[in-house]
Amino acid sequence: MAAIIQVKNVAKSYWRNSLEIPVLHGITLDVEEGEFMALMGPSGSGKTTLLNLIAGIDRPSSGKLSVAGTDIAKLNESALAKWRSANVGFIFQFYNLIPVLTAYENVELPLLLAKLSRAERKKHVENVLNIVGLGDRIYHYPKQLSGGQEQRVAIARAIVTDPAILVADEPTGDLDKNSAQEILTLMGRLNKEFKKTIVMVTHDQHAAERATRLLHLDKGDLSANGKN
Amino acid sequence: MKVLKLIFKNSLRHKLRTSLTILGIAIAVIAFGLLRTVVTIWDSSVDAAGADRLITRQSVSFIFPLPLAYKTKIEAVPGVKAVCSAAWFGGTYIDKSNFFARQAADDNVFDVYPELLLTPKDFDTYKKTRNGCIVGASIAEQFKFKMGDIIVLDGDIFPGRWEFVVCGIYQPKNKNTDGTQMFFHYDYLNEKIKQTSPGRGDQAFWYIVQINDPNKSAQISEQIDAIFKNSTAETKTETERAFTQGFVAASGAIISAMNFMSYAIIGIIMLVLANTMIMSARERTREYAVFKTLGFSALHLTGLILGESMVISCVGGGIGLALLYPIVAGFEQVMPKGFFPFFFIEPITAILAVSSAVLIGFLAAVFPIQRALSTKIVDGFRFVG
Ligand SMILES: Nc1ncnc2c1ncn2[C@@H]1O[C@H](COP(=O)(O)OP(=O)(O)OP(=O)(O)O)[C@@H](O)[C@H]1O
Ligand SMILES: [Mg+2]
Repeated sequence: MAAIIQVKNVAKSYWRNSLEIPVLHGITLDVEEGEFMALMGPSGSGKTTLLNLIAGIDRPSSGKLSVAGTDIAKLNESALAKWRSANVGFIFQFYNLIPVLTAYENVELPLLLAKLSRAERKKHVENVLNIVGLGDRIYHYPKQLSGGQEQRVAIARAIVTDPAILVADEPTGDLDKNSAQEILTLMGRLNKEFKKTIVMVTHDQHAAERATRLLHLDKGDLSANGKN
Repeated sequence: MKVLKLIFKNSLRHKLRTSLTILGIAIAVIAFGLLRTVVTIWDSSVDAAGADRLITRQSVSFIFPLPLAYKTKIEAVPGVKAVCSAAWFGGTYIDKSNFFARQAADDNVFDVYPELLLTPKDFDTYKKTRNGCIVGASIAEQFKFKMGDIIVLDGDIFPGRWEFVVCGIYQPKNKNTDGTQMFFHYDYLNEKIKQTSPGRGDQAFWYIVQINDPNKSAQISEQIDAIFKNSTAETKTETERAFTQGFVAASGAIISAMNFMSYAIIGIIMLVLANTMIMSARERTREYAVFKTLGFSALHLTGLILGESMVISCVGGGIGLALLYPIVAGFEQVMPKGFFPFFFIEPITAILAVSSAVLIGFLAAVFPIQRALSTKIVDGFRFVG
């Protein structure tokens, strides 16, 4: 079976004041379905950039990107948006919850784009909040939660539409050790129990050890470190 | 729906900022409404001037009198239907603050001004009473004048103590008809003046000239003025409309300024709301990136931002409009009667105020929407406010 994520010769440059800043040079990478891949590398090496390309929130300058069976480099903005909402769940370092919405409402947000009844939405939201262990915090606002709890809400939001792929950009970067452990355990569960393919950028060696595969990115080039 | 809830929650994020903006919009709408009310009053008092009436006055100023003999000469001009002599009385009723127009006029004044409605019976009583007077319904209500009451005026232009018997109360025919005037017999004034200061007898301050064809007003005016050319008292004849405008000539400039200001206020408050919206949208750059990441479309974001802008501007506009009516009513109470012959909010003023609020809400959202839509997701996440 073909890899769920296929990156072929992907290059990405940014333009600053008509000056080209090359970030990724010809990356080629396959991620199999059900893999939990960790991406490490020094700051500025292009980890976030690569993750954003895979997740379809940025576009490559050249190369081919096939994710979940779709050639996403060819999609227009609205098709790409639709594709994202169906195929990818996002977990960020700073959680990026909407502060005026409760945990419940934050998780419900992606479902508003699907044609679901209120009752169906409720079922899904309560289900994922229970998976992340926050069934008793559903009417709390983000500022009433700890960092670890906020990140769990964010994870619930990422999985509520049941996407095949989760991308996480330093999901434990802003957390204390214990909370980080909890988040990593949760992500491991999502990978094993719920068969999510995960691509995670991290600076943390402990985090990387949870992954089934580790890749290093340095100045825009990949080097594999084999499987854990 | 959910989006509506989010719009409300967003607008309440900075309660103080939102409240101040709403207050600002409310005040702007009130100021706009008040200014426009004054402007429309002025416009409609000019409009109320009859097109078939000319005013003949002394060429230099209407404070100088004209000989009474002019009346018959004007009557003889072809196209003239009726001539009514009039004199401004001035004077004080009990207290200087009780201001209303008092004038002596020939009895045909109620023919020349058909918009002043008087019953034939009252008119009859008036004609038979030497020192009779007719008052407008507005001042009758304000000063509780009843038939048979004696109104005592303390004269200044025509010194002395003057007593008038109320013989009738006229009703203003239209909403913009002045209901605050008092009329009495010109003959009575003339008679009494001849006794006290004979040199001032047989004089009128202006003549109201009713003509048959309003289209001939310019021609007839010229003809009238030509008769008295090179006499000791030359005349200036113009339409009542021009006369009314000239009467408030100084106000004319003020009115133009008010007119301009009423729109300037709307412009200023639009900038205030735009500023609020830009600040909010800027703070939410990351959140907009989140919405886009999750698959929300440009239309959703537009709805969020426009909705918030509209909520603020419409709440502010609604509060302003709700307060405008009692405030205008309050103004009417404290303002001396007769200062403005009538004072009410024209429907067009309310409509303009509401549509301004809507327009403000719309325009204030344009820039933040444009910014939110054009910011790429990755740049939104990298944005540090
Ligand atoms: N939207 C952008 N516009 C311009 N330059 C960018 C943009 N995004 C990233 N870059 C540049 O690309 C390079 C790689 O950035 P990227 O964020 O991918 O690094 P990273 O490996 O994630 O670093 P870190 O570990 O600090 O998060 C950096 O030099 C950065 O300045
Ligand atoms: Mg990064």
